Amino acid sequence: MATTTTNPTLSTFEESLADLGVDCTRTTAADFATTLADIVRDPAVGVPLPFDVEYPDSVTVDPTPAELERAETGITPASYGVANYGSVFLPATDDGAELVSLYPKLHVPVVRADDVLPALPEALDRFGDAAREEDLSAIVATGPSATADMGKLVLGAHGPEAVHVVMLDE
Amino acid sequence: MSKGRGDKAAEIRRLMATEGPAIEENTKGFNRKRREAIEGLENYEELRDRAREIKEDAIDRLPELLDELRTAVEDNGGQMYIADDAADANRYIRDVAAEKEAERVVKSKSMTTEELEVNDALAEDGVDVVETDLGEWVVQLADETPSHLIAPAIHRSQESIAELFKEVFDPADPPETASELTSFAREKLGERIRDADVGMTGANFVTADSGTMAIVTSEGNARKCAVTPDTHVAVTGVEKVIPSTDELSPFLELLARSGTGQDLTAYVSLLTPPVDTPTVDFDDDETPLSERDSDREFHLVLIDNGRMAMREDDQLRETLYCIRCGQCSNSCANFQHVGGHAFGGETYSGGIGTGWEAGIEGLDTAAEFNDFCTGCSRCVNGCPTKIDIPWINTVVRDRVNRGKEPDGYDFLVEGLTPDEEPGGLDLDKRLFGNFETLAKLGSATAPVSNWVAKTGPARWALERVAGVDARRDLPEFQRETLVDWFENRVTAVSDPTREVVLYPDVYTNHVQVERGKAAVRTLEALGVSVRVPDVRSSGRAPLSQGMIATAEEHAHDVYGRLAEHLDAGRDVVVIEPSDLAMFDREYEKFLPEASVERLQEHSYEIMEYVYGLLENGADADTLRGGDGDGVAYHAHCQQRTLGLEAHTVAVLEDLGYDVLTSDVECCGMAGSFGYKDTYYELSMDVGDDLAEQFSTTEARDRTVVASGTSCLEQLDALLSRPSTHPVELIAP
Ligand code: SF4
Repeated sequence: MATTTTNPTLSTFEESLADLGVDCTRTTAADFATTLADIVRDPAVGVPLPFDVEYPDSVTVDPTPAELERAETGITPASYGVANYGSVFLPATDDGAELVSLYPKLHVPVVRADDVLPALPEALDRFGDAAREEDLSAIVATGPSATADMGKLVLGAHGPEAVHVVMLDE
Repeated sequence: MSKGRGDKAAEIRRLMATEGPAIEENTKGFNRKRREAIEGLENYEELRDRAREIKEDAIDRLPELLDELRTAVEDNGGQMYIADDAADANRYIRDVAAEKEAERVVKSKSMTTEELEVNDALAEDGVDVVETDLGEWVVQLADETPSHLIAPAIHRSQESIAELFKEVFDPADPPETASELTSFAREKLGERIRDADVGMTGANFVTADSGTMAIVTSEGNARKCAVTPDTHVAVTGVEKVIPSTDELSPFLELLARSGTGQDLTAYVSLLTPPVDTPTVDFDDDETPLSERDSDREFHLVLIDNGRMAMREDDQLRETLYCIRCGQCSNSCANFQHVGGHAFGGETYSGGIGTGWEAGIEGLDTAAEFNDFCTGCSRCVNGCPTKIDIPWINTVVRDRVNRGKEPDGYDFLVEGLTPDEEPGGLDLDKRLFGNFETLAKLGSATAPVSNWVAKTGPARWALERVAGVDARRDLPEFQRETLVDWFENRVTAVSDPTREVVLYPDVYTNHVQVERGKAAVRTLEALGVSVRVPDVRSSGRAPLSQGMIATAEEHAHDVYGRLAEHLDAGRDVVVIEPSDLAMFDREYEKFLPEASVERLQEHSYEIMEYVYGLLENGADADTLRGGDGDGVAYHAHCQQRTLGLEAHTVAVLEDLGYDVLTSDVECCGMAGSFGYKDTYYELSMDVGDDLAEQFSTTEARDRTVVASGTSCLEQLDALLSRPSTHPVELIAP
């Protein structure tokens, strides 16, 4: 696939995501809202992002459980990306990031380009510190939810059937 | 006795017909993907070494790590309980459920909770327990047990699942395709998860430093079970504890690759509970998530149930290094044809299942399926933590043998068999284990022995008393053994470049004497001086019956006899791959390290040796060339494990043969296994794949060549054309 970068880690990340069938869009802080508005399926919900960006109006930020239940799209931050596997580290937070990344059919993780690391050990290293110090929990998500238990590979078993990564240049 | 064997054979036949096809397709698919996934991983061996190292260390320091973990879990606000056994664990879990007044518990697949039979325990209290892993749910609805460590419903086809859903739910519009079935299940299970009071999960790893659990899933149900209800109970074995989060990565990189051939499964949950995720009531349309509380309860239940004793057991300890990837089941030809409902015990199945069942249930349970392991070693190179799975099976077999009470016949048998085994050992095992004695007798009295063995009454008696299937051709003993033949001839090499000892394994010495002669001629043609001393059998036959003490005695004798030749600088050339494998692997358990190293360093498989000679300038023209002749070659399981298949292929190609190799994993015979009436049909069923491959248009006119004795015998039974050892093909 055509890559938008010459940074080898980022291009590896993009290639790995493509292999997983995951779309990836790179954007800047300024363009974030318009980019996201194009990606989401309505209704969309999101948790507050720890980046200097604005959500588009179409996204309900900090939804109620009932809004979450109705949502087609969930947007959450990712702490790191893992380039060689196309994985994202999704922190479980008290504003419900875990739920928002899990229940809707489309999950949109937002990761800073600077936080994409080459391989799993580097990411686990950073996670380990947070787990020891702040009891952090996280999900290493690699592609959409899948099952082969019903005879063939099917996407969207219990979790999202599609993932669209937004890579942010802050 | 024979009734028991007959029942077992019938059960195997039934499973081969009903569950076999789905299991075969799925396991072979996993296998193929595993091989691809591993090829792309440069540091695969390093990761395996590292994983092994971490496990050895963790099990070694387990009590200390458990203390550290308890502190971490309690500091985080959770509770940890170490249960002695299933009853103890179930009592604790029932108490938690009772205290929450739980009406429903949702579960994410966990073999450990299968081990506890926690569903039944909770059901006694009227708690509705629902499995949420799609495969596990299917198994639960059908009231079956899982048939595979990681793919519980692997034995079921899509059609049979559709049928099951129709029966149980009687839906207006019955789901049929895989995606319809999945969304049907997702919906049904989604409702149940939302209503649940307690979520129960397993854990693949638990880190002592932070109290973090790693749960590996692809569906997302573990995440849902862990964070949707406000109470989370994680249940797993004490052996899952590793020192720290930093040590997770080799396991995570190996687990999915070894099991299903994925790089990583979709979700690795790294939960350090109680988690911060707010609890939800999906009807609430007022309170935003950030304002909801996250009042959560977490219990980590670690079960011992025999594991701490396994830790003290020098032979079974390795079992605790298992990360339950399922690779040893996928790569096992017998498992591929019958699955875990035959090749499994109360809970665990497949190659390592015997070790688990022996440790947590007891020898009786392990004994029921221990015989399915033929010791072919195909699983060995794929185990992420380098567990010697066949050895564990052998040890368990030995213990099962030793646990037997002698019966009436034994004073008689004891007199006839020169082994080191206890009185109660099964007659069939004793017969196969003492094959060397039998072969000696057979050669000494040939051709009469062969003639007698073929008669109806003899075959009947053999089948009745010793379980040797009458449909199997018996080996024909030669009157003149290889050793005898060699003694009576004058060596033809003047000015030899090297000296070797050709190891006269039992089969070559007594049955396949011609391949022995061909090996001598080949070596001599390449300028090598050959000796064929009278050396005992390697002990492979008793070892495969679990007769470890007898095998050990052979090992000492063999080394004693070969040592003087090693001293004299002679290499040892072995024709039978399973004997070379014995020198290479099992002798480590019997002989001093220095002796084993010496033997290993100077032992070669015959075609490997020929390859080496040719590489070093020996004249290939002295051998019989192929001139484009077609060959269909099947390497031997243990030879492949040792990485020696390529040498034979290279030599044959060098000599001008057009070689087609079988990509089928196994011929299905693996020695005595295929002779036993209980397993004969399974052995032939496994062999069918090979027969098919060698009967295609591309292969059908080729000369069939195989390296192992049992493979040759099986190919002779499977195909109408004869087969031969590669050295017989090239010998001048
Ligand atoms: S023994 Fe090894 S290969 Fe078999 S399930 Fe355990 S870890 Fe996997």
